[in-house]
Amino acid sequence: MSLLSFGNSGWGDELFFATLMTLAVSLTAMIIGFIFALIFTPLKLSKIRFLNIIANSYTTVIRGVPELLVIYLFFFGGSGAVMFVASIFGYNEYIEINAFITGSFAIGIISGAYSTEVFRGAIQSIDKGQFEASQVLGLKKPIHFLKVILPQMLRLAIPNLSNVWQITLKDTSLISVTGLVEIMRQSYIAAGSTRDPLFFYSFAALLYLLLTFLSMKLVNKLEIKYNRGF
Amino acid sequence: MDFDLMLNSFPKLLNATLITLKLLSLSLIIGLFLGFCFAILRLSKNIFINRFAYGYSYLFRGTPLLVQIFIIYFGLGQIEFLRSSFLWVILKEPYWCAIIAFSLNTGAYTSEIIRSALQTIKPGFIEAGKSLGLSNKIIFFKIQIPIAIRQSLPAYGNEIILMLKGTSLASTVTLMDLTGVAKYIISTTFKPVEVFIVAGSIYLFLTFLIHNLIKFLEKKYSY
Repeated sequence: MSLLSFGNSGWGDELFFATLMTLAVSLTAMIIGFIFALIFTPLKLSKIRFLNIIANSYTTVIRGVPELLVIYLFFFGGSGAVMFVASIFGYNEYIEINAFITGSFAIGIISGAYSTEVFRGAIQSIDKGQFEASQVLGLKKPIHFLKVILPQMLRLAIPNLSNVWQITLKDTSLISVTGLVEIMRQSYIAAGSTRDPLFFYSFAALLYLLLTFLSMKLVNKLEIKYNRGF
Repeated sequence: MDFDLMLNSFPKLLNATLITLKLLSLSLIIGLFLGFCFAILRLSKNIFINRFAYGYSYLFRGTPLLVQIFIIYFGLGQIEFLRSSFLWVILKEPYWCAIIAFSLNTGAYTSEIIRSALQTIKPGFIEAGKSLGLSNKIIFFKIQIPIAIRQSLPAYGNEIILMLKGTSLASTVTLMDLTGVAKYIISTTFKPVEVFIVAGSIYLFLTFLIHNLIKFLEKKYSY
């Protein structure tokens, strides 16, 4: 237990901050994923074939290729891509992107592909009458989306979004290969310097279990809230 | 775009695909077996057996696969008892550690898939079997299991694809699978995009094959 004490003698505080880092990366990735989903869901549902193809290739490629490979692409290719864009604007210095941004972006794009599928499914299962009714009432498009479609969509999407969240949370462990100090990386460091990998990796597993357990409790509350009246 | 590099790396990556496929098929076979056993344990009325099976699936579904591999590969070697036993022959090989981790992981997901398939079988089927005077054993093996297999095919197809992607983690314990070789080529040539396209296409092709195989099976066994 002394291995887990706070301060200089133990790894307690380091692991605590690493857990916060895991949460921060997961949340950022989830938000980036939502932004991607908001862009690609309309493309998926659009009647224009070309836009369909773009959105479908995004979700198929990302969901068919291992997360680790995507992370390597961003890790090794991220600063190159940014420097390329910067060089167009005449900036030729070396740019290094930090591991947090690369990691959240890589995981965010992955989680976005899953969220897109969830949103598409949710919108498609909303009753057609709802669309027609708001048209008959003469609602403007933004109001129709925000007040009629979105609340119903969220209710249907919450259970599946909680799955996406769990996947995202677990995927963040892969960012440890880029050196970002989250739970896995911190356990790796601690295991290396104390020569006690069994203890630290088991503790990491426990931390992940705690995170998934707590988020499941939270999702259950949300589900009850959004299921009022059904 | 460096097309020469893409052409040169293709055979190397294809070679590594063999290891990926080996890891995948072995762990799927073991995982399927584990999944069946634990699904049946989950349905047991004994609360301890039930809880044990639930705990297993909760533990392996709630933690990242990377942690599981690291515990088995780096962690188990620390136990003196295991080091001196015959199991050490297996546990010192990263290949077998990866297979153990993958099998246990996919076993947990598979057990949930099979359990829910067994539970959603309409009671009418079982009652029909009973009224025909079939024994419980025959009802289970000849009615419940075949229906459950058909029911769980779509979900199991997803699980195979998830596992295919999961095998990429073998590269973190020094195995040179498809992702491992891809990473090696990327880090020696610094051409991530080209290598990603080649390795990614191989993965996509495999996903495509699995997807179609499952579709074919679904059609064949539909009723």
